[in-house]
Amino acid sequence: MSSNTKPVLLYGGILLIGIFLPLALPAFQTQISVMWMMVTFALTWDILGGRMGYNSFGNIVFFGVGMYAAASVQHELYFDIGQFEVISDQFNLQLTPDKYLFGLGLGMIIGAVICVALAWVLGSGILRLRGHYFAICTLGLGVAVGELAGTIDYIGAGSGMAAPVFPSAMGSAGLFYSYFFFILVVASFFSLKWLYSTRFGLAINAIRDDEDKAEAMGVHTLRHKTVAWTISAFFLGITGGLFGNMTGFIEPLEVAFPTITFGIFMVAMALLGGKGTLWGPVLGAILFHIIKETTWTYFLGWQWIALGVIIIVNVVFFQQGIMGYLEDKYPHWFGVEVEESNAIDDQAKEATQ
Amino acid sequence: MWDNILVLVHAPIFNVQLLIDGILVGSIFALAAYGMALVWGVMDIINIAQGEFVVLGGYVAVMMAQSGIHPFFAIFVAPVVLYGVGWAFYQTIIKRVVDKDLFTSLLATFGISILVQQLMNQIFGADIRRAPHGFGTWGFFDNLVTIEQVKLLAALAALALGGVMVLFLKKSRLGQAIRATAQNARAARIMGIDTDKVYAATYGLNAAICGAAGAMVAMIWVVEPYIGLVYTIRAFMIAIIAGLGNLSGVVLAGLGLGVAENFAGFIMGAEYQIAFVFSLLVVILVGRSILLGRKREYLK
Amino acid sequence: MTNIIEVEGVSKSYGGVVANHKVSMEVPVGRITGLIGPNGSGKTTLFNSVVGYQPIDEGSIKFKGQEISKMNVQQIARLGLLRTFQQTRIYGNMNGVQNMLISVSHRNAAFLDMFKPYPAEMKDKAEHLLEFVGLYQKRKLSAGDLSFGQQKLLEFAMALMNDPEVLLLDEPTAGINPTLINGLLDRLHRANTEFGITLFVIEHNMRVVMNLADNIYCLAHGELLAHGTPDEIQNDQRVIDAYLGAH
Repeated sequence: MSSNTKPVLLYGGILLIGIFLPLALPAFQTQISVMWMMVTFALTWDILGGRMGYNSFGNIVFFGVGMYAAASVQHELYFDIGQFEVISDQFNLQLTPDKYLFGLGLGMIIGAVICVALAWVLGSGILRLRGHYFAICTLGLGVAVGELAGTIDYIGAGSGMAAPVFPSAMGSAGLFYSYFFFILVVASFFSLKWLYSTRFGLAINAIRDDEDKAEAMGVHTLRHKTVAWTISAFFLGITGGLFGNMTGFIEPLEVAFPTITFGIFMVAMALLGGKGTLWGPVLGAILFHIIKETTWTYFLGWQWIALGVIIIVNVVFFQQGIMGYLEDKYPHWFGVEVEESNAIDDQAKEATQ
Repeated sequence: MWDNILVLVHAPIFNVQLLIDGILVGSIFALAAYGMALVWGVMDIINIAQGEFVVLGGYVAVMMAQSGIHPFFAIFVAPVVLYGVGWAFYQTIIKRVVDKDLFTSLLATFGISILVQQLMNQIFGADIRRAPHGFGTWGFFDNLVTIEQVKLLAALAALALGGVMVLFLKKSRLGQAIRATAQNARAARIMGIDTDKVYAATYGLNAAICGAAGAMVAMIWVVEPYIGLVYTIRAFMIAIIAGLGNLSGVVLAGLGLGVAENFAGFIMGAEYQIAFVFSLLVVILVGRSILLGRKREYLK
Repeated sequence: MTNIIEVEGVSKSYGGVVANHKVSMEVPVGRITGLIGPNGSGKTTLFNSVVGYQPIDEGSIKFKGQEISKMNVQQIARLGLLRTFQQTRIYGNMNGVQNMLISVSHRNAAFLDMFKPYPAEMKDKAEHLLEFVGLYQKRKLSAGDLSFGQQKLLEFAMALMNDPEVLLLDEPTAGINPTLINGLLDRLHRANTEFGITLFVIEHNMRVVMNLADNIYCLAHGELLAHGTPDEIQNDQRVIDAYLGAH
């Protein structure tokens, strides 16, 4: 097989899965949407965690902010937001399809912009921290923002707010969202693939390997770190906007800023697949989601305990993840050439020996 | 919020009340922070499961109260139970990450934290629980200032326990081995100290200290399965403000945090308390790193 | 002869320990300047102060007439004043070529430059410089898998990739196989003559520094002891005493 047909087959296969999987399994459309969302989670976590060596427990902030921002924009456009605390059940949130789509689109864009700005502001402070301090600071950030969101009346405080109802004229909400999330996965995957091939990719790798050295060589470390976080925030903001609309009901601690579920899943999935690799987070997220969805119901309430065990086992015994393991074992699969295979070089080597 | 500040200005006696309460509960925070600094200094691990150990200690007190034993005795029983828990976690998990990179150990303790949370949820249920103790309250200045006896008792117990720990580390053989390992684990190994045993004891002792703190927490306030992280963050904050191995610093920072939280809770309202603790963490960390950056340094 | 680095009356102490006391020295442009002194005489402290790793207590450090003692590491590096580390530092998980590419100077990097790919001539330059230090064959190997000496050469090549005006080398021959030292000396000379880089070198190996430098400063107990040509330094009684421990 030539080297050009392999990626075509791979990407083509994934495209077919993206298109036909929700059609083939209509009962699981929401699960499929969430699976694609998980892939975006793992991919965006890996920008900092895998590529830059900055392990964030607080990326969930951008998910929640994007979610609230999008829903608030939708409400501002078509409803009297002042009434929202009372309304959730009796107020009519029905919209025509074009209004719904416009509101959703504008909401996601504004949400993403807010997230980028927020990541920039927060990042220029928090990204000065390193190692342990960064990890714990982001953990604190995630919880703090979640708690603060629960005190803001405008977005329904602790009792939450409802997103507009999906217009029945548009057909199946499950299909719509599974495609939308799939497009988001494709967009983020190729953006990151391209990004890692630029100078930016090498710079954040350098920061991961030795930040002191990168500083000594004059790399704009803080600038690169902040940009990395804003890119993460951009995709998470959009993801949040979508998820809020799909779920229909937004609540601060369980839906928008769930540090110990989604927030930790991001880390666990990237580690499972292999952090710092391109396909690792994708593979990890899909596997994690499938395992979780198929086995969860059999645990009868012990599933969260299983989650703790999975994380521990993963960290303690299988640090490098699936892709990391494969890359160690079969480096030539990944195009890593260590020695020159060039005949002239071989001759030169022999001559010097 | 402004009204509450005015209250404090016009009725200074409320300040006294907040200060006393803050100091008394701050000593409990300091106790958990002391344990965290111990593990951090000796094993180079930041134990995210710290708060879960505290909550677990609280449940020991709750269980004892339920079975008719006065929960005050939990201050002695919980450390024994938690020492076993800590030792078991060391032997199964921590042992395997203690010499790995920082993020691995951090994530492993995070995993323990989630595991314990969920186990507590399964075993004790998600409801808020407390350990009724029957202690009264002293009133001063026409009851404008009150002191709950249980808080004073807890503060004294925390002080005593801290004293015992210091003596233990100074005088006992194991304590000396722990301090030697903290200074230089490799040198300690070469000198014949079994660092594996030292680590196990350190992690167990930390859990024991947290257990005692938790018993106090269950008597003074309440426990529930998911409240642990706040105690972890408090302990972490105190440890970084004080610096490792600085006992008087830990005590001062602990009391300071207790007082700050009490005032913040009074001024902003109780619903902001958790948000306050976590935001304070972010502010302290970022503030310190910016200050250090001016001196061409960073937090290490 | 103009001076590219001017250190004037710099003092630095850690707690009560005085590491540098009112040290003044000048590094002339386009030359090779040596810095010697017994262990603990404050050589690395001075280097760290110059490149911005720590604040100084008093004095002034100028680079091309510009005061740099308040700047941070990155700003100083971007001015074209670069250092290598005594404990060699490279990016261990990246291969040789990647190590070289990321070392390209960020002096004039505009914000959006970070999203550009590396042009072919930069890759050529990287390979050329790897060839220059003799690592071309190893360029696709993970830098962390190289031997210590090879890492040292890689770090040197990375510094050249950055096109610095001044390069501060902290013990470039420490830990290198003695048979390779002559080759390294030759390359240091060529970096100076062919690439026009001013060198400022801490070195313990007397033979190396006497062959390399045009003028030498000697520190002892944190203070400047002597300054002169290699011949003058070699025959200076104070320097000999310092090394023999008469102080």
